[in-house]
Order: sequence, then structure tokens, then C-alpha cells
Amino acid sequence: MSAMKQVDYKILHHEALSENVFMLRVYAPEVCRFRRPGQFVLVSVDNDYGERIPLTIADADEKEGSITLIFQRVGLTTTLLSELAVGDSLASVLGPLGQPTKIEKLGKVVCVGGGIGVAPMQPIAKAFKEAGNEVICILGARNRELIILEDKIRSFADQVIVCTDDGSAGRKALVTEPLKELCEAEDKPNLVVAIGPTIMMKFCSETVRPTGVPIIVSLNTIMVDGTGMCGGCRVTVGGETKFVCVDGPEFDGLQVDWDGMMSRMKAYSGQERKMLENHQCNLEKAAAELEARK
Amino acid sequence: MQLGEGGCRTGSAKITMEHHDTSKERLDSLARAKWAELGGSAEGLKPAERLRIPSQPMPSQPADVRCKNMSEVALGYTETMARLEAARCLQCPTQPCVSGCPVELPIRDFVKAIAQGDFGGAIGMIKEKSLLPSVCGRVCPQEVQCQSLCTVGKALKDVGKAVAIGRLERFVADLERSSGKVEVPSVAASTGKRVAIVGSGPASLTCASDVRRAGHDVTVFEAFHKFGGVMVYGIPEFRLPKAIVESEVDTLRRMGVKFRSNMLIGRSYTVHSLLETEGYSAVFLGTGAGLPHFMGIEGENLVGVFSANEYLTRANLMRAYERGRAATLIVEARRVAVLGGGNVAMDAARSALRLGAEEVYLVYRRTEVEMPARREEVEHAREEGVQFHLLRNAKRVLGNERGQVIGLECLKYELGEPDASGRRSPVPIQGSEYVLDVDAVIVAIGNGSNPLLQQTTPGLEFNKRGNIIADERGATSIPGVFAGGDIVLGAATVILAMGQGRRAAAAINEYLAEL
Repeated sequence: MSAMKQVDYKILHHEALSENVFMLRVYAPEVCRFRRPGQFVLVSVDNDYGERIPLTIADADEKEGSITLIFQRVGLTTTLLSELAVGDSLASVLGPLGQPTKIEKLGKVVCVGGGIGVAPMQPIAKAFKEAGNEVICILGARNRELIILEDKIRSFADQVIVCTDDGSAGRKALVTEPLKELCEAEDKPNLVVAIGPTIMMKFCSETVRPTGVPIIVSLNTIMVDGTGMCGGCRVTVGGETKFVCVDGPEFDGLQVDWDGMMSRMKAYSGQERKMLENHQCNLEKAAAELEARK
Repeated sequence: MQLGEGGCRTGSAKITMEHHDTSKERLDSLARAKWAELGGSAEGLKPAERLRIPSQPMPSQPADVRCKNMSEVALGYTETMARLEAARCLQCPTQPCVSGCPVELPIRDFVKAIAQGDFGGAIGMIKEKSLLPSVCGRVCPQEVQCQSLCTVGKALKDVGKAVAIGRLERFVADLERSSGKVEVPSVAASTGKRVAIVGSGPASLTCASDVRRAGHDVTVFEAFHKFGGVMVYGIPEFRLPKAIVESEVDTLRRMGVKFRSNMLIGRSYTVHSLLETEGYSAVFLGTGAGLPHFMGIEGENLVGVFSANEYLTRANLMRAYERGRAATLIVEARRVAVLGGGNVAMDAARSALRLGAEEVYLVYRRTEVEMPARREEVEHAREEGVQFHLLRNAKRVLGNERGQVIGLECLKYELGEPDASGRRSPVPIQGSEYVLDVDAVIVAIGNGSNPLLQQTTPGLEFNKRGNIIADERGATSIPGVFAGGDIVLGAATVILAMGQGRRAAAAINEYLAEL
């Protein structure tokens, strides 16, 4: 790959992992080459009117020069992403961004992944394993269909605990239950890494707090530029303002102001819903027009 | 395009109609009459006659109209207005104006060409020295540079009556662009040497152009998906249309400059890897001032508090003003407080009006005299209905139970003793707190420097403020690495950045010649 050539970010593989969870492999040779566990990219589907959203890098294939992105269809941009097909291109992929995870040999590491948080958790857990740690992974989701990457994680982890809200797979429990047991055991973990919905990371942090086990969380806030220029991603950590894009995305879970972060995450939820409804409305119109033409 | 329902308070609407009719038609007809009076030529006029030619105001959209659209406020001179304005120039042998220009444009000579109607000749002379005349004609602070030294302004005892050099520059540059016959500068035979330019703002683009002209292979790396840096994310459409920046970038492409978007140097390639493994012989760092300062007050992380960078990037680059079409959203604020008194604060305040805010307050610690913003920008903001709260400062941001902004508590100040900068420093008046009811706060108090290059470029020296240390020609502590623009200067202007880009390019060309 020459540093001089613009990349087209072509989609090489597109797969629905469940009704609302998708996996894309995108040609992005430089991101692939430089990425390390814990880092993310900003992607956009339209350089004129699109928005830039952060997605964690789930995997990379160096032979193909691609990165794997796993995302949940929640807003307009993730909906548009899910509608792309193999051969289409993303408008932009900027990355890798953020500080990579500090991987070291600690002893025992528990990695908690909730929902699509399992995707970014997986390369981190693997790196901890490769660094010589005992790695226990807790995977959580609402139901069996929403558990992702289980086989991949089983291939390297020392122990895998699956939890679902409805008990359709593994234990019928929240991830905090096995986490509490592990952290209260005699042979405590040396580190917990939790990645998932904000509320899950908040409760994982509260769960480990009394046990004295350190916890790292990976935040996924609203971003615009991803390079430290706008400050839209700022969170309060230990009483100080931090930028998730350059200082993070990983922080000490015990220091994060979770409530402040959650209210900032909702800043645009009303407007976003309208945009999405509008898009779906247009889709229906387009479908009706197609139908009428037939 | 029609924007939000809100609207701006143009208290001076009546005056606007009667005395400030700035329509192009009216101003042009006045100019034509005067031009005819002069016999259709400015040749042989005596200095006293030149001084009697009225200074030509800039045609502009009326305040009550423009504050509801994103289109450019200033509409540009007509041919007659340009020739008439140029005829005011006394053609001083000493050319004081030129020494006020950071890139030393041959001002006297291009103004003379305009007076004679030789517009092509004029733009040719400008482009020898400046890559971005359409941009500089619009955003340079001429009133403190070339025009501040103009003999006409001095003779008339009003810098506002100096020859409108910026408007003339803009006129000929726009004329060339709209003719579709923009001349692509010639490029020397290939040297086979590669130069990486990091960032694509004014310093970088100028540097790229000059280095390319010397025959080197130039690649521009930009983190955003569009090129132009602050000219596309920061300066709003109504002051600097994006199409102008695009056309300047296009000229560089036609010269053979390569452009790479979505590339953040430091996280992928680093300065060292560009030099050591990617085959580049020199690197220019023009990454700008990329870390917004916040006030450090209570409530600053509430929903509805933005850095000006974020607000302007959402509004400009991401086109949030096209509601319903742009996927990037912006808070729907009815009442907005902007903190700061610079050009960026004015841009943010005026953007907020255009995005539908009913009330926009500009909260500034000192008085209008100390405001760093250009006079013109302050006046435009006031005309459009921005309300100035001077000698006031934000104390804390108030929020509701959902974490959203509901108010800004301010403290009143008075002027005390002059400080190190010679400005009288504001002193808070204890117990003078009051609350502005607002639903958004935009912090426009300046930028620090982005720490990424510092973290990822061992051996590159920075000062205490995080700016790269470079000599007057842009050379840094690493051989082959040059820097310019805001990353060296702190916050500066487009033209100063261009000047640095140009000097660094000369240094790079010399450095490569000796390799």
C-alpha cells in the first residue's frame, strides 16, 4: 500500500449476525496495518450529508487489507450502513483512532462483553491471552440470537460464561452476577475489562468497586471529528474533563461520571428518531413507487 | 435556502431600508454615475480628485434577510465599482500598503491594473504571490494590515476610507474563477522527490503549491473527508463559500498534487515513518490549532454546551443547517449564549441565528474596543441582532434534571489596571451575578494545540503551550521536518498561515536541492 493512494473503502463481506446486528469487512489497508486492540474508526456513508460515527474495530485481515466492523442498527447512519451491499463503498473510514489497550501480563483477566460490545472486547481478550494471561470472558445479551462471536472467543479463552436475560442461552442472569462471583472469589482477577452498553459498564464498575479489582471500560460517545478538535465526546473522569477520542476510549470505570455521560449520549435522540422515521418513510415511498411501476 | 423559523432581531431594519441600502443594483448605479462624471477613465486624475471619489461600500444582503440564510453576506463589487474604487489609489512611490501584507502582494500595481480595466493583468500579479486570493480577499483582516497603512485612509483620517484592497483582490479573483479559465500554475520537471504535507488548511495548501511548482511529488494528508482545514470546518459558508475552497483545491489537483483524506498522521503513518519507510524526503506540518479550550466552570459538560469548533463543524462541514437532509444534527436552541469576542465567536453567534435561534447573546469579558474580532464582523453580528453582553463573564452553566442546559449564570466586570498586553484587565464585581435563560452555550475562547504529534514524534520540539518550535523559515528540530500555521503560531489568521506555508516551502525546496 502506497501512502500516496486514496483508498475506496470497498465492502468485501456483508452479513447479518442477527435481526439488527451486522458485520462488514471493509477494505482499509492502512487501518488494518496500524490498528491495535482497543482502537476504533470513524465511518461515514456520505461525504456531503452523512454523519461520522465511531465504530470499534472487531478484527482485521492483513492478507485482504480489510477490517471487520460489527454494529447494531439503531440510528440513521447504522441503518444506511446495514443497507449497503458487497461492492459498495463507504464514503470515509478514518482510523485507527484512540489509544490502544495497554496489554500486559497481569495474571487473570476477566473480559465482559455486552451485546455488540463483544466485538471490540474480542481482540482485547485475545491480546491478553497472547500476553500470557488466564482469560475469562463473560458474554451477555438479551437472548440467544444476540450472542455474537461465541465460537471465536471459545477458541482462545480459558473460560467462557454466557448470560442471557431470558435464559435462552447460558445462565439466565445479568453479566454482573458471574462478574461479582469471580471478583469475590479467593483467586480474584487482576483486571476486569468491560465493554457494552453504558448502563452495563456502569453496573460492572459498581459491582467490582467493593472488591478492589481494577476495571477498564471502553466508552462509545458521540463524536464529530475523532481527532480532539471538537470536544463533543468529552466525559468527566475523576473530576476532570477528558476527550474519549484522544484520551480514551478506555478509562478507569470507577472514575467515570456515568450519569453525565448517559445524558450527553441522549443529546440528539429526539432529532435522530425523526431522521430515522423520515428515512423509513422515504423507503416505504420508494417501495410503493416501485410497486406501482410494476 | 430558507432556514429555521426563529429569526433575528434587526432593530435597525428601518435604517437598513433608508440609509443602508447595500443592494448591488443601487451601489452600482451610483458608481456608474460617478464613473461617467469622471469621463469613463481614471487616467490623469490629480490626487485631490482621487481623494474626492467616494469610497465604494461592499454590496451585501440586508441584515434581516441574510440572518435567515446561509448564503454569502457580502456580494462583491461590480466592474464599475471596482474600477472606481481602484481609481482612489494615489499610486504612492513608497507603496506603504505592500509592507503591511504578510505575502507582499504587489498591491499598488494590481490596483492600477484594475483602475485601467485590466482585470486579467491584476489577478496575474496577485497569483505570483498568493495562492488563495478569493479566500484572502474575504477573510484577511486588511484593516490592520495593508489598508491600515494606506495613504488615502490617512489623508481622510479614517482607516475605513482606505482603498478597499481586499474587496478589489476578491473582485478579480472571483472574476477569474467565474470565467472558468483559472490558469494552472506551471510545474517544473519532476525531481523524483516526495514531500508529505500534513493538514490541508491555508498554510498546507500554500506550501503544497510552492513545493509542487518546484517539481516535487506532493501528497497532502487530511484527517477530515474534505480539504481546506479551518476554511471548510470553521469559517461559515456565509463568510467564505465552500465552493471557493473546493476550486482552490481543484487547482492544486490539476497541478498534480495528490490528496488523501481520512488520514490522521500520528495514528497511522507517523512523521518518522513517512520519512524513513514511506519514501518521503521532507514533511510539512500544518495541522492547525486543534484542541478547544473550555472555561473550566461548573456545568460545562451539560447537554447543549459546545466548543465553537464542534458547533461550527456540525453547522458548516457537516451541513447541519440543512435540517432534514444532513444526518449530522445540531441542537435546536431558541436562546444561545456565545462566550468570547473573537472572529470565531462572531461566526458562532451568527451561525446560531441562521440555525433559528431567537435570541443570541455574546458574552465577553472586556469591552468592544478590546474585542479581537474584526470590526466588520462585530458590525455584521450587531446588525443581524446578536446582543452583546460586554464586561460580563460566564460563572457556571445551569442544567435541568435531564442534564440539559437551562441557563448561564454570568458575573459583571469592570475595567481595572492595564495588564501585560496593555489592555485594561477586567475585574469581577462581587455579588453582580445574573442568569441568562439559554438552552445552548457555545464556548469560543480559543484553541490549544492537539497533543497527537507531540505524543507520536520523538525528537520534535514543542514549547510550553504545545506549539511546534520552528525558525522563521519553518525548520523544526528534526532535519527535513518543517512546520507552519496555527500549530506554530497559536491562533492566527489565514494570511499569516499562508505566509508561513510559503516560507517553509522555500526552505523545503532548498533543503531538497541540497539532498
